[in-house]
Amino acid sequence: MPRRNNLWANIDWVTVLLFLILVFLGWFNIYAAVYNPESQSILDVSQQYGKQLIWIGAALVIGFVILLIETNFYVFFAYIIYGFVVFLLILVLFVGKEINGAKSWFEIGGFTLQPSEFGKFATALALAKYLSSFGFKLQRLKSMVLIALIILTPAFFILLQNDTGSALVYFAFVLVLFREGLSGVILFFGSLIALLFVLALVLSGMLLNIILLSVALLVLLILNPRFKQFGRILLIFTLSIGVFLGIGEVVPTKYQLSDFWVAGALTGAVITLIYSIRQKIRNYILVTIIFTGSVLFSISVNYAFDMLEAHQQVRINELLGIESNPQGAGYHVNQSKIAIGSGGFWGKGYLNGTQTKFDFVPEQSTDFIFCTVGEEWGFVGTSILITLFLTLFVRLVYLAERQRSGFSRIYGYSVAVILFFHFMVNIGMTIGIMPVIGIPLPFFSYGGSSLWSFTILLFIFIRLDASRLDHLSS
Amino acid sequence: MNNLSKRSHIIVAIFIVVGVVYIIRLFGLQVLDSTYKQFATNNILREIVQYPARGLVYDRNGKLLVINKAAFDLLITPREVVTFDTLQLCNLLDISKEELEIKIREAKDYSWYKPSILVKQIPPENYARLQEQLYKFRGFHTQSRTLREYETAAAAHVLGYVGEVTADDIKNSNYYSMGDYIGVSGIEKTYEEALRGTKGVKKYLVDVHNRIQGSFLDGQEDVPAQIGKDVISSLDLELQLYAEKLFQNKKGSVVAIEPSTGEILAMVSAPAYDPGLLVGRVRGSNYSKLLADTLKPLFNRALLAEYPPGSTFKIMNVLIGLQEETINLYTRFSCAGPASTPIRCTHNHITPLGPVEAIKESCNPFLWNTFRTIMNKYDTSAESFNKWREYVESFGMGKKLGSDLQFENKGNVPTAEYYNRIYGAGRWNALTVRSLAIGQGELGITPLQLANYCAAIANRGYYYIPHIVKEIEGEGLSGQFSTKVYTNISEEHFEPVIEGMQRVVEQTNASVFMRIPDVAMCGKTGTVQNPHGEDHSAFMAFAPKDDPRIAISVYVENSGFGATYAAPIASLLVEKYLKGEIDKSREWVEKRMLDIDLIHSKQEN
Ligand SMILES: [Zn+2]
Repeated sequence: MPRRNNLWANIDWVTVLLFLILVFLGWFNIYAAVYNPESQSILDVSQQYGKQLIWIGAALVIGFVILLIETNFYVFFAYIIYGFVVFLLILVLFVGKEINGAKSWFEIGGFTLQPSEFGKFATALALAKYLSSFGFKLQRLKSMVLIALIILTPAFFILLQNDTGSALVYFAFVLVLFREGLSGVILFFGSLIALLFVLALVLSGMLLNIILLSVALLVLLILNPRFKQFGRILLIFTLSIGVFLGIGEVVPTKYQLSDFWVAGALTGAVITLIYSIRQKIRNYILVTIIFTGSVLFSISVNYAFDMLEAHQQVRINELLGIESNPQGAGYHVNQSKIAIGSGGFWGKGYLNGTQTKFDFVPEQSTDFIFCTVGEEWGFVGTSILITLFLTLFVRLVYLAERQRSGFSRIYGYSVAVILFFHFMVNIGMTIGIMPVIGIPLPFFSYGGSSLWSFTILLFIFIRLDASRLDHLSS
Repeated sequence: MNNLSKRSHIIVAIFIVVGVVYIIRLFGLQVLDSTYKQFATNNILREIVQYPARGLVYDRNGKLLVINKAAFDLLITPREVVTFDTLQLCNLLDISKEELEIKIREAKDYSWYKPSILVKQIPPENYARLQEQLYKFRGFHTQSRTLREYETAAAAHVLGYVGEVTADDIKNSNYYSMGDYIGVSGIEKTYEEALRGTKGVKKYLVDVHNRIQGSFLDGQEDVPAQIGKDVISSLDLELQLYAEKLFQNKKGSVVAIEPSTGEILAMVSAPAYDPGLLVGRVRGSNYSKLLADTLKPLFNRALLAEYPPGSTFKIMNVLIGLQEETINLYTRFSCAGPASTPIRCTHNHITPLGPVEAIKESCNPFLWNTFRTIMNKYDTSAESFNKWREYVESFGMGKKLGSDLQFENKGNVPTAEYYNRIYGAGRWNALTVRSLAIGQGELGITPLQLANYCAAIANRGYYYIPHIVKEIEGEGLSGQFSTKVYTNISEEHFEPVIEGMQRVVEQTNASVFMRIPDVAMCGKTGTVQNPHGEDHSAFMAFAPKDDPRIAISVYVENSGFGATYAAPIASLLVEKYLKGEIDKSREWVEKRMLDIDLIHSKQEN
């Protein structure tokens, strides 16, 4: 008995409360999104809000059961759970049901289940166990390869299921690795490459080149404010770009003028590199190499993109929101922005949203549930919701940091960054600053699989946190 | 480890930066930028125009002339269309597959989301069939419109017709929009604003599939359509029908006016057309056919044709002579019959003769002498001529009368300047322009002007501007139509000429064709010289003499002497109007007029 009392007392009720608030706010908004004046029974299981209520009930039971399980269970079974989920992810490729183009659903007696949702907590468990294992050193190549295997295996099979959004979530683990000692340089370059990849596809070659060149020159000026050398480099670039543009203007070729600009900038970079090596200015050498690498990278991304099949190009373009197909992603984002924007400061009031109710917003109860919040609760509602999520994330980081065991800490960070990634991509998509990647808003979006998976993910950590002091006593 | 735990701050910072960026972005979207609210309203709001029924047109006795019938437009909303049985739709609509495809493409070009009209004015018969099957065709719906329908085929020119608005109509008014109907001619055009009513609008909430979800703001912003006002025309349908019947197989025109009001009782331009031909989908093709017809059925002779008044104008010159005191009731001029100069007389009568007898005998030498005295009254011919012209103009000749019918011709009364240009100033005189004495030469007046001139005589010196509408429902009529317009001739000069006109009807060789038992009708025949063929016969009359209720002008083209056709037709119309039926003793006149075919017999020759 004392042990039981101990458990309830040690549970972080702040997190549980935030969880409950988000789940029920989510339900109220699902109700509004599919609200139909003719069918007002909240328990109508033919409606999404009726089903969601059942799933919430089940989620609470799941959460309660998880709290009753000993923490050692997760540590011991981490790899087995991981292996089992990976097995399911492979199995679904053969016996799965295709919904919305993604073959990622099991159908069991009318209910559908998405194993990729459970890949998140399984991977978090496996990663936590591996990173906290005795004598583990992150810097070793073998460790890096194994970590990559743990993270990318489920991502790979989810990608095969044609569910790009869910696969991208696994990138979030990079932040966990960063906390556990991954070099900040890798994080920086990783972000830079990702940014360059997107910019290379979104911006024209010349515009991107101009931006890169300006950034590089600015960095040079800050690192080494000696105007004589800087002036020479400026002259080198001006001359080489000028000469190439001149040639492009005079000589008729199949290449465009912007191609000559890029060629001129590259030539200028090579000359600068030679100059910097001779003068032995290390900063200049480094910046010039990064600049040259970035330009070559962006060129090769575009080249690779051109090699793709037309339908693959369309898919990537739609993902990035470049394609303005009125039926496609661009249209959806526009309608989503209209719904949110029309909410104004105070919102239209509960159940008074028109854009979501009349189906102008696609997937209004799942991926675009945030639109209902924006339209009916206005800026007040959206900023409160964002604050609630941020409070939860910061709380989770705080809880993770107070763990005594590496396993609990790593798992806690995994929970925080996975939830954060969903939050960032989902809301970013609805307000038009993230590409349209269909992943749910945690605890909010309609759907049993995602609600249960987030509940499991979170409650395992709450359970781990509740017994954080046990290790001392045992 | 302590070192690494500091990295939690960086991670928390990343969380907070993203959150703050999103809140700033949301502040921009939701608070600063108001365009999204407009877009949202545009998304859910559908304004459906409510077309009012057009006002009806009645005759002066309350008989319906123009009514409405339902027709239906088929609209398409391209976005909602799913695959359908093209062949079946073509059959239902009576159009070819190619035509349907072109129209669908046009609709798509116009808008993917907004409905546009695919097929206009589907008649009710086809509509019933279409409506039964419409559930099979998603993305198509119908809207009801009203078209004109005519109770009789009468008075096409007067009633006018309704057509679709042109680009100019839309530009010149802020009322009309694409696909609206507008009066194009006749009463429909003049009284367009009263007849059309006011379009209304109903605002609905629609979902993304354009399905109506309810009314917008509970209909607070809806504007109901206001039905067009009915118009009571001054036409007498029975008289109009009878006049058109008498004009079967003839070319010419009739204008009958009620002198005491200026109301037009009948207006015929023959040959006419059935106004029903210019309604609905067949309008375009029928219009082209009518336009190509060599008999010019679309041409409204009553307002536009310009003929010399011929002998009917002799009354004018006698009146001017009496007013200017260049002649008086005791003036006598002699007539040498065919030997008279400069204008010979074609009639055999006593001589010398005074003004009353001269009108009865239509004596050219008397009129020449009268005209000569008028022209010689002032120092110069030009001065005298201008004085003369003022009198003529005061009867509404040589200018637009300003009736409520569109496209009036102003006719032609030459000016002194005109003759100065031709002959040189001071180098012309009464003799030069002598044909004006007997209503020939450059003079041109329309049938409407002739009838108005006759009404002014009947009224002994004034007229009301002729008009075709008696009353607009709930409104009076504009003041200009109830104001007397005085001629420059004093009342007392009319009695003798009216006496002469009565004798024309009752005491000449042609009296047998035009004298109506128990009705004192006053009239004057005219023969209009026609350089292009057979002369036109003209006649004007009013009756009864002392309380004129009808003044009428009749022209029958290519029919020769005035007394033969124009006068009997006029007398039958007057008789019909005043007595309601034709006296037994005159049925032979009626039959004769009905039987004569002046169009086809001529063509056969
Ligand atoms: Zn004579």
